[in-house]
Amino acid sequence: MANMCPYGRFTHAVVRGIPETFGKPAADGRENGEASVELAKAQRQFGCLTGALRQKVGLQLIEIPPDPELPESWRIEDVAVIQGDTALITRPFKQQRRSEVEAVRRVMSELNLTVVEMGGEEGDSGGATLEGSDVLFTGREFFVGISPHTNRRGAEVLADTFRDFAVSTVPVCGGARLKNICSMGGPDTIIISNSDGAKKTLRMMEQLTDHHYEVLSVPEESAANCIYIKGPSKRDFLLHRPAEECPDSASAFQKLPDYTLLPTACSEASKLGASLSSLCLLINRKHTYF
Amino acid sequence: MTTESGADSEAKQLQENKETQKGKGKAASQPSQAAAEPTSPQNQPEQLPAAAGHSTPARKEQEQAEEDLVSHRSSTSRLSRSPLRGVKKVKIMQCKITLLDGSDYTLNVEKRVKGHVLFDKVCDHLNLLEKDYFGITYRDMENQKNWLDPSKELKKQIRTGPWNFAFNVKFYPPDPSQLTEDITRYYLCLQLRDDVVSGRLPCSFATHTVLGSYTVQSELGDYDPEELGSDYISELRFAPNQTKELEEKVMELHKTYKGMTPAEAEMHFLENAKKLSMYGVDLHHAKLVGSLYESLAPAEGEDSEGVEIMLGVCASGLLIYRDRLRINRFAWPKILKISYKRNNFYIKIRPGEFEQFESTIGFKLPNHRAAKRLWKVCVEHHTFFRLVSPEAPPKKFLSLGSKFRYSGRTQAQTRRASSQIIRPAPFFERSSSKRYNMSRSLDGAPIMENHETLMKDNAVAKVITKGDIITAVTTEKKVEEDKSEQEDTHKDAAETPEAVATTPLRQDTKTDSEQTDFAFDGEMTATETNDEQPTGDEAKEEVNAKATEAAGYLVKYVVDSIITDGATSSGPHGISLSTTMDDDVFMDGTLKEVEEKTPDSQDEVSERSVVKVSPGAVRQEVSQAISDKKGTLIILKDAEDKEDTEGKETSTLDEKEKSVVPREYETDKNDTLPASIGKEMFKADTSVVAEAQTTEVKMLSPKVEIKTDDMIPLKGIDSPKKAMASWISEEVKTEASEVISVSAKEMKTSDGLQENAEIFTFEDVRSEQSESNLVQITVSESSTASLAVSTLGWVSSSQKASPDQQEKAVVAVETEAESAKLTAPTSPDVVEVATKDMPVVHTETKTITYEAAEVDTNGDADPGVLLSAQTITSETTSTTTTTHITKTVKGGISETRIEKRIVITGDADIDHDEALAQAIKEAKEQHPDMSVTKVVVHKETEITPEEGED
Repeated sequence: MANMCPYGRFTHAVVRGIPETFGKPAADGRENGEASVELAKAQRQFGCLTGALRQKVGLQLIEIPPDPELPESWRIEDVAVIQGDTALITRPFKQQRRSEVEAVRRVMSELNLTVVEMGGEEGDSGGATLEGSDVLFTGREFFVGISPHTNRRGAEVLADTFRDFAVSTVPVCGGARLKNICSMGGPDTIIISNSDGAKKTLRMMEQLTDHHYEVLSVPEESAANCIYIKGPSKRDFLLHRPAEECPDSASAFQKLPDYTLLPTACSEASKLGASLSSLCLLINRKHTYF
Repeated sequence: MTTESGADSEAKQLQENKETQKGKGKAASQPSQAAAEPTSPQNQPEQLPAAAGHSTPARKEQEQAEEDLVSHRSSTSRLSRSPLRGVKKVKIMQCKITLLDGSDYTLNVEKRVKGHVLFDKVCDHLNLLEKDYFGITYRDMENQKNWLDPSKELKKQIRTGPWNFAFNVKFYPPDPSQLTEDITRYYLCLQLRDDVVSGRLPCSFATHTVLGSYTVQSELGDYDPEELGSDYISELRFAPNQTKELEEKVMELHKTYKGMTPAEAEMHFLENAKKLSMYGVDLHHAKLVGSLYESLAPAEGEDSEGVEIMLGVCASGLLIYRDRLRINRFAWPKILKISYKRNNFYIKIRPGEFEQFESTIGFKLPNHRAAKRLWKVCVEHHTFFRLVSPEAPPKKFLSLGSKFRYSGRTQAQTRRASSQIIRPAPFFERSSSKRYNMSRSLDGAPIMENHETLMKDNAVAKVITKGDIITAVTTEKKVEEDKSEQEDTHKDAAETPEAVATTPLRQDTKTDSEQTDFAFDGEMTATETNDEQPTGDEAKEEVNAKATEAAGYLVKYVVDSIITDGATSSGPHGISLSTTMDDDVFMDGTLKEVEEKTPDSQDEVSERSVVKVSPGAVRQEVSQAISDKKGTLIILKDAEDKEDTEGKETSTLDEKEKSVVPREYETDKNDTLPASIGKEMFKADTSVVAEAQTTEVKMLSPKVEIKTDDMIPLKGIDSPKKAMASWISEEVKTEASEVISVSAKEMKTSDGLQENAEIFTFEDVRSEQSESNLVQITVSESSTASLAVSTLGWVSSSQKASPDQQEKAVVAVETEAESAKLTAPTSPDVVEVATKDMPVVHTETKTITYEAAEVDTNGDADPGVLLSAQTITSETTSTTTTTHITKTVKGGISETRIEKRIVITGDADIDHDEALAQAIKEAKEQHPDMSVTKVVVHKETEITPEEGED
């Protein structure tokens, strides 16, 4: 249908800076128990990522300033799901994260996206929770991982928002979030870790889909999260974890033909359970109908 | 007979008989009639088939009377046909068909014409050649949409209300660009517009905009503010909730389409629409049955029992939705079998690479009709999109349960056919969407289009008749498939689930391992257990089977290990078991290609001594015989649920009479050949009968007993089910000894939920593999299975020189496992029995007919002249015997036909077997000079309540 284009065409990326409170225990205090993160290193890595997106890939970058009050606001992927010209503002699982959406909503509106809300507190949302890192959009359909952060009601709202597409729910077995174990590596390629849990999820996805995807499996779970973008120059870019972070998986990416590989470090965010894709929202403003 | 030209076609007869029986079954269900009729000679012939009918709710008297007029095709009512023949008048009904553009098309058709007549007329009216994607719907009394069955008479399908229909797309082509004609695409567009506006095809705002803009372009042409005005667009409907914003966006896009032809706009429309996830998905409300882990993707740990879901049938398979979320999907290749039982619908899933066993998943539909409707839609979609050519309907030899099969062309066939369309592109008017636009006047010039230019490429110079092409093409494709099948199967084995998931889109081949069976209510199962192991071996077997396919099909009765035994392979997926806890039999029946038929085994068979004939060998023989169209008398029947009762049983009989019974065989008998000669001949023919010697019958009993012993320990206690199978062997003997071989096997699942029936001779393989319990009863003259009602038909032809030597074996067996529920009718009218202990009681009826090859092949339509008819009734304690004797003269030969109707009444205390055996014996003694041509065993038991008739 109208919105159905091969995955990977993006024109804009929205990111949000790393606040000083990065890695600080949030109100509930249990998020990052023993993990010790280096703020400076995280900010440096964030800079590398945004630099790659802007200069290498050629996207227009919109950076929302960090908010120290919102220590996890850099995980911008969670707070919106964008497809075509529609942005669904999500309702993150954690109460304290829900105000992260405000700045993002503003940006979406400025970009002339149709903003869809998931519903306010308790009332009409029916307890639905959804985080973008549990949503894998393949260009043809959505897979929503049912995880600690995302429930079925949340998936239903997503299905209601993006009606053109099949929205399938899959259990998240291998990691805390669906996109921790898989991501798109091309228009028809899913990169997935080869852990048992991930395989189980993959099998479910394969059962549920009408389409055929190539599967690139990588030995390390953290390597499974990449960012694929078909840049304005029609080149295939893949941002992936560098060999230092995922030594066993680096060779797997070499299999992708004619890709421009952009090793991008993400070790600090990774310590907090995030990954490359957590750090940005990708938007295609040059949506073309046919 | 109808006035239709094809009156003599077998299918037609079948149809009529079916319906006739149904009518009678209904008649019988009216107690008042029931009481009166048995003694009335006039009614008697009509009444007899009631034994074979089902208990279906009464219908309008008028219709019933009409059906009686057609009843002469029924073998059991031959007597009545001659006087009534020609008396009937043609009834014309006015049909109103709502077309896709919202207009109504009214036409008159005969009441009794079949669905395809109406359909063809509408297609003619629409100038539509690629019509296989379309169908006609009607609303039943629940206001549910049903597809008109093209092979059934209209009046059988439209029971109530005015004859209003709608013309709709039935199979949404996954790639509309492959349609040959623009006019076809136009109608598809109209359907999709309605789907979108009605909300059946959900889409996003953006998609509404795009689809709407192409609609406008196609209907109104280029944007022209002067001609169209500024709010021209609000008169059209694009979305369920149309907003001003949407209209503005549509207009914006419309402006950009200048110069686009309507056909192009429609193509764009379809290219967008086809990608919608719900494109062509036919949704059915259902509930999950059992705690069905498999069908719920998220391991939420919640009890999924009773969860409301939607089942979506589409080109690629079956989709399962919960709310808007897709929670599972079963591509056609993953589905081994589809069946329904009462209001449950089951799919049996091929084991995945990490599973060991098939699993059966059950869904609860709102009612029985809904389950059947879903099942039919699945059968049709599977056949249309997945198969190269339609499956042969199961009616040829054995008929159990629904004979429904998709009989139209498959997509592959229709593509081939339409590629041969050579007409110039037709002119057609794109009417404004009347249904969306009540106010708009049509004064704008209608959009006419000449498609000639577009069609040039498609026009093929060859002129060949379409039918020929299709046939040829199909054959050719079949051959290709055979070759590729092996590969395919192997590939499948190695295929990842994902790959499998994509296969349905290939229209290519259907390997056996991917075969999907369709089973229905009350049908006996015929899936061979080893079939279900998707191994490479199968491919080879398959090839063999294919090689002999032309020779015919063998119906194999196999225990479905999953369904029948919860304790075994189906262990973790016991859903079907728990849900089939009905009183009636759960049987599935499927026609499968003969797998084990190899030349070797044939040789074996012929050499085998009769006594030692193993079940396997017999199976070979049977298959052989069937393929040779030799005289096999295998009729397995099971009455469907009341609602289902379409009088199928009897129709099968007739069919068998006409098609299966070999002429040659009959001749043999009539010639009173010495036994040895006859035997040789049979052997030469490799017919089953060759082995059917008197001794065989005797030998069978011990064997059977052994099996019974084996099985009994496994037998479930509740066992309300019964299954039955029977086999008749025929014999020609100079000694004029009668041989009656009856065998039936009853299999009970440990939980007694379902039963499968098998022909005992087939049972070896399966009894090893399956855990089901088999109870087999062999009946020769001295022993019989329990019966509630039996009808014996005797025929004596004056032509016969030596009646003594024409004994034919007739067998009837019926087993009834559930004694508590067994209530035999107290009057000849079976149906009325039902009753007593339940608040709502329905009866289950079962009819088995065994028919000997008849001397008088009634293939000819000549009913002869009725000379006399007489009915005698006698009663004993538990039986009521009604004898109906008719004499007719046909072609200078007088024929005396005696129909005995014996009603054995009683509960479990009565040994029905004994009673039947006695009845048969007596009948034989009374008429030593006549031969038994047919035995119809009709059993009726109570079953649990069920909704009204279908």
